[in-house]
Amino acid sequence: MFNFEIVIDSLPELAQAGWVTLQLLGVSLLAGLVVALPLGIARASDRRWLAWPVWCFTYVMRGTPMLVQLFLIYYGLAQFEFVRESMLWPWFSSAWFCALLAFTLNTGAYTAEIIAGAIRATPAGEVEAARSLGMSAWRVMSRIVLPSAMRRALPAYSNEVIMMLHGTSLASTVTIVDLTGAARELNARTYLPFESFLAVALIYLVLTFALVGLFRLAERRWLRHLGPRQTQPAAVGLAPSGAT
Amino acid sequence: MTEKLRVENIVKRFGQNEVLKGVSLTAQAGDVISIIGSSGSGKSTWLRCMNLLEQPHEGSIAVNGLPLPLRRDRDGTLVAVNARALEQFRSRLAMVFQHFNLWSHMTVMQNVIEAPIQVLGLTRAEAMARAESYLQRVGVWHRKDFFPAHLSGGEQQRVAIARALAMEPDVMLFDEPTSALDPELVGEVLRVMRGLADEGRTMVVVTHEMGFAREVSNRVIFLHQGRIEEEGDPRVVLSTPRSERLKQFLSGNLK
Repeated sequence: MFNFEIVIDSLPELAQAGWVTLQLLGVSLLAGLVVALPLGIARASDRRWLAWPVWCFTYVMRGTPMLVQLFLIYYGLAQFEFVRESMLWPWFSSAWFCALLAFTLNTGAYTAEIIAGAIRATPAGEVEAARSLGMSAWRVMSRIVLPSAMRRALPAYSNEVIMMLHGTSLASTVTIVDLTGAARELNARTYLPFESFLAVALIYLVLTFALVGLFRLAERRWLRHLGPRQTQPAAVGLAPSGAT
Repeated sequence: MTEKLRVENIVKRFGQNEVLKGVSLTAQAGDVISIIGSSGSGKSTWLRCMNLLEQPHEGSIAVNGLPLPLRRDRDGTLVAVNARALEQFRSRLAMVFQHFNLWSHMTVMQNVIEAPIQVLGLTRAEAMARAESYLQRVGVWHRKDFFPAHLSGGEQQRVAIARALAMEPDVMLFDEPTSALDPELVGEVLRVMRGLADEGRTMVVVTHEMGFAREVSNRVIFLHQGRIEEEGDPRVVLSTPRSERLKQFLSGNLK
């Protein structure tokens, strides 16, 4: 009834496609973080003129489907002659660039909101303590608020990363052969849709579990201060530390 | 006697409500000044005006005889003319808070070395040496690698005192340092504070602890509705209050 031999035969192609998916994910997450950090800080600011434009951006990006955003960038912009004739055309005619741009803006918007929420949740007393000891506004942000906020943001961000892993499947709609794209090719070649899509579903599942595991490790490392007290203080390092 | 802190004629309003109506205080080196008063008397607000965590509407503040230049902000309050001068000024006045306000993502050691490195420019090794001596001093050295949430309230407050001490400030400001503690933990913090007073440190303490005010401080200020109602030697002021309000306050407080 099932024919998994064909799937096994095409494992090299699927591995290649998995690498494409991971590249799409890695680049858009990294670029998204670079975008999100300043936007998140601005969004959490008390200054209206800083926070409001960011609110508009995240509202639009979070209020529209990523697929529509991707189509607008990849197909939509190509409609205009001035885009086709501009020096940016080599980029905007590339499916890779358009997919990465759409993914980056999308995850950047979501992550900015996550970071802004975590910044706003910083206990006011901790900020006051830092100011009362003479720290500058910049030091309060870089040494106290952000390190504390980024840790608090980890659980929400791990969800965002998994949503983005699944979101990269949209790249298959603009000619990129990622995992989903590979499954569609396999199906077109073999007429075995169930086996084809089941195979990549399993690969997505494994990748998701790996990411969940990575974030669990990260949380164990960075969110230790919010957990229960260690029964053995030595686990936190009561052993003499080098510089004392 | 060297003057450490001079705070003059502080006026502070929240909306229409004037919570401080021109209050002044001068601390000489070694002075331990207790500020007492019922809740709502403005005592915490006054203390927070001293390091500009709260912006007063009138008044002036000076540390070591050097006034901090202030200018009027658009909302009518006074703010520091220069951010750098304010940071410098605050680094001379370390504050201990009612709710400790330790940085939750840092260990005890990191909490104590952070400001000396970032603000005073100490090397890590210098800051750690300082931290060791002050954490030993307040008796929480064995907790140096713990996170604040894993300590008792009394331990957290002693870490906060060590964090303030590590700045080697000219004046220490205490904002109800024992009010958030369980009764059995109050003693350990008061013992540390008494030790600091005995070392000759200059301290301004907003407190509800009448025992501390009487036995440790050399001056007590009773604040009522934003004004200084009575002040002087605690043994005199607290045993023979002149004003009716202080009598009432003390009869409510001394059980």
